[in-house]
Amino acid sequence: MTTSNPKRSQPLSPHIQIYRPQLTSVLSIANRISGIVLSLYAIVLVVWLVAGAAGPHAYSMIHVFMGSGAGRILLFGCTFSFFLHLCGGIRHLIWDAGFGFELRTIYASGWTVVLMSSALTIIAWIVSIVLAG
Amino acid sequence: MRSPLSRALGLGSAKAGTQQWWRERASALALVPLTVWFAASVIAHTGSNYLAFIAWLRTPLVALLMVLLVAGIFYHMALGLQVVIEDYVHSALKTVALLAMRFGCCGLAVAGILAILQIAFRR
Repeated sequence: MTTSNPKRSQPLSPHIQIYRPQLTSVLSIANRISGIVLSLYAIVLVVWLVAGAAGPHAYSMIHVFMGSGAGRILLFGCTFSFFLHLCGGIRHLIWDAGFGFELRTIYASGWTVVLMSSALTIIAWIVSIVLAG
Repeated sequence: MRSPLSRALGLGSAKAGTQQWWRERASALALVPLTVWFAASVIAHTGSNYLAFIAWLRTPLVALLMVLLVAGIFYHMALGLQVVIEDYVHSALKTVALLAMRFGCCGLAVAGILAILQIAFRR
């Protein structure tokens, strides 16, 4: 039993930087980071809707910005964050339903998330560019 | 989601420990079709102008789905950011951060929904 001075610094459990990054841990933090990033894009969604309600002038300002280089980079980040969070979220929902906990399955679903979110991002942009002509 | 025994014994963290977790999953499930529909709609409308955007948003089904989308996004976002704040903020700022985040989510959700309704019901 430790009954020593409470001010003495207690040993801490091994922290994040001691571990080698693995697919599992990287996807776990990626899901959280993409969620936070998508929160910022949710603000953009509201700005876009409010601009639409404000009228053609406000809307065209948003439209011109989104068509610019910086706007396109922002939209690309939004697309990838969305598909990553969507695929990662579906993986979590399957776990929550009680399936897919074998180590092999965990790695298979993890790589599926990586491939699907990348593929969907690229497909979304190709379709979008083709439709825009 | 509690067993009858645990309900009878009244044990468990604050008696409703799984509620927040459960709501986050329920909103996630609702957002899967809503966000996929929205992403597909935005892609299909690439390059379309203001009038096309307004005409799209004035379709009753689109307005309904957009209100559900905005409500779902900010509900899920508030639950998710709550966990993030609780994990990393341990000072007295925690309550302030949680309140500010929830006020922000409520305000943005209402602003977004009002904008949709204004476009949908404008004469």
